[in-house]
Amino acid sequence: MKEGLVKEIVDCYNGDQGMLIPMMQDLQAEYGYLPPEELRILSRALDIPLMRIYSVSTFYASFRHAPKGQHEITLCMGTVCYLKGSKQISDTICEEYNIEPGSTTSDRLFTLNAVNCVGACAVAPVMIVDGKYYGNLTPESALEIIHGLDFGSEEEDTEKTKKSMKEVSNRRSNRE
Amino acid sequence: MNSTGTGEAILSPHLISSPAELEALSEKLRKQKDPSTKTVRVCIGPGCAAKGSLKIYDLFTTAAEESPENMKIDSKGVGCHGLCERGPIVIVEHGDVPGEIFYQQVEEPDVAEIFRETVLSGRIVERLLYEDSTTGKKIKSSKEIPFYKTQERIALAQNGLIDPTSINDYIATGGYSALAKALTTMNPEDIIEEVVKSGLRGRGGGGFPTGRKWRSCRDAKGSQKYVICNGDEGDPGAFMDRAVMEGNPHSIIEGMVIGAYAIGSSQGFIYVRNEYPLSVKRLGVAIEQAHKLGFLGKNIMGNSFSFDIRINRGGGAFVCGESTALMASLEGRVGEPRAKYVHTVEHGLHDQPTNLNNVETWATISSIINKGGEWFSSIGTEDSKGTKVFCLVGKIKNTGLVEIPMGMTLRQIIYDIGGGVKNDKAFKAVQTGGPSGGCIPAQFLDTPVGFDELTKLGSMMGSGGMIVIDEDTCVVNFAKYYINFLRQESCGKCTPCREGIPQMLYILERITHGEGEEGDLEKLETLAQLLADASLCALGKTAANPVLSTIKYFQDEYEAHIIEKRCPAKECRGLFSYEIVPDACTGCGICLKNCPVDAISGEKKEPHLIDQDICTKCGTCFEKCPFGAIVKV
Repeated sequence: MKEGLVKEIVDCYNGDQGMLIPMMQDLQAEYGYLPPEELRILSRALDIPLMRIYSVSTFYASFRHAPKGQHEITLCMGTVCYLKGSKQISDTICEEYNIEPGSTTSDRLFTLNAVNCVGACAVAPVMIVDGKYYGNLTPESALEIIHGLDFGSEEEDTEKTKKSMKEVSNRRSNRE
Repeated sequence: MNSTGTGEAILSPHLISSPAELEALSEKLRKQKDPSTKTVRVCIGPGCAAKGSLKIYDLFTTAAEESPENMKIDSKGVGCHGLCERGPIVIVEHGDVPGEIFYQQVEEPDVAEIFRETVLSGRIVERLLYEDSTTGKKIKSSKEIPFYKTQERIALAQNGLIDPTSINDYIATGGYSALAKALTTMNPEDIIEEVVKSGLRGRGGGGFPTGRKWRSCRDAKGSQKYVICNGDEGDPGAFMDRAVMEGNPHSIIEGMVIGAYAIGSSQGFIYVRNEYPLSVKRLGVAIEQAHKLGFLGKNIMGNSFSFDIRINRGGGAFVCGESTALMASLEGRVGEPRAKYVHTVEHGLHDQPTNLNNVETWATISSIINKGGEWFSSIGTEDSKGTKVFCLVGKIKNTGLVEIPMGMTLRQIIYDIGGGVKNDKAFKAVQTGGPSGGCIPAQFLDTPVGFDELTKLGSMMGSGGMIVIDEDTCVVNFAKYYINFLRQESCGKCTPCREGIPQMLYILERITHGEGEEGDLEKLETLAQLLADASLCALGKTAANPVLSTIKYFQDEYEAHIIEKRCPAKECRGLFSYEIVPDACTGCGICLKNCPVDAISGEKKEPHLIDQDICTKCGTCFEKCPFGAIVKV
């Protein structure tokens, strides 16, 4: 838990209850998910019942309640990707790693998200791995990309955290 | 060399406070450009970026930086150019060659050649030009390519031409002149009158007349009024709004400021879909720049009018594209729609009068103000004026983003612009309107595109998705995809939608698994009627369209599944079988080795045979055969 983070986030939206969603988005940007303890602090800070906070955070698909994996894989399940075989890709990945869309591998190597259309229909089927787009996939080529993932060195990790911290602080200074 | 980063130096150090100052700045920016400057425009829209155009852009920028002092080379990253199928697209303007040079399918190794030959020496690299598939002729300029020839661009006019992170680019091409005109020569009533005259109807799907909506909101009582830009582009298979938000964000901001002035609002919101982080970034940069020059903020362009815009990211819920759900989300609540008899133009966000329009609608406003409502209404049909952006995708040769005048026929769009069905397969249907729309079969291809024409066919205009399916796509399975999508995205507030859609899905599942029963079609139709009559919002009311339209036009295909237990498109597993073509089979034995149930027999180098009694129709042999000797029958 990061001391005072929730308060800082709440302050940069002037404690406006209507900004609950952006606040949780900032919180998730920091942790990769919404930790229960932080949500409790948020509930007290905004004077919103915890139940309502959970009703909002579970309604929107982009909020996560469990830590995510080292890598983030987003598989597009939009119409065109579906027509061109994204279901088979999803099935193949899920079978290989014994996971479901939306969940994380037991070793936390990656989280698999299935989303409805990323707007890159020209290169369907599409998969996004840590922000990088891979197009015209087949189940085999998708698996090959995932097989190439590893936990990476610690250095890279710290760099990543630093970068995300910087993004959050940038966001804050932009608001001010 | 002009760097095109986000921190571009803005020429005018102070706020623009009059149209004359804006004109002077625009003039200065145009003159500042040396006529000998060579411009390289690399498309970094979603399609091209996915094919690696960002790296290509970097390479051109580095090459431009390292070029000799006396060469003026401008490398720009620009928004979607449209012909995504042939991406990455690179356009070079070289003073010695008239017009532009349109390069397609450019890869990293080609950058050095383009730079050396075209940028530095003014020679054309023939092999990267577009080749007309019928004449075999190489085409140099995009205007000559059939894909672009019949398009007419208003909302997308500057897309692919200007650097979306540069307000200078936007101003140099006449940007914010409509705002200047509106604020200094028109009163709010005049603006609304002009929009009414234009006949512009909402581009988000509903097709409600924009001018009328603005007037209702202006006339509504309330101390604080809001304007909202709906960028929650949720229809799968559609990326028009993304292309505008990322390719020309200032056009949206300009439209919103004009709208806010006409309506009497001081606060605007842009609600952007969570899956579009780049759109958020681009809009953020544009808002900041607009603030710096005084197009946003207090006393805009010296006028007493003040207006600001905030960006909100969506949470990943399709239903939030519905206006009342979107407003609930903006208030920090669960995105559930409410009954519409209380109009949002009177009681919207925070119970105040609120005017919500789609991205494309806002992006069209500045052209209407500049060229007049009459000009806009001269384009299109009786009931549908102007142009519309469509995403032409699916089993089509030229996947991409197109903008056409309303009234063009589906056939012209699909065949003349889209180049026809991919791999020359037979056309089956075109799906428009996303999950709320329907499938339109071949016999209606000559229908002119317009709001009412498409609704008559049981589909709808929607936000502009146009998905072509061919003979290999099973319409039952296709309808099932949409119903499954809607099942996941139903907010769950009202019972008909929450319970009715899963029931429809259950029936469709049975049909595609060969367990359909007689009477299923009637059950589907009853459920569809119930959804249309009793659902609260458009998501539920239109949810059955994909099913109803396919039953209407492809009843025989449903019946083949239900009665004969056969899938004519050979897509539903178990409802067709596999056979080996003896002439094509080399007897390599790969299928035999991979068959999980030992249904395949045959001697080496002799044609093999599938025992249909043992075969489970799993399809492994079909996927493994290197000679294409196994066919679906």
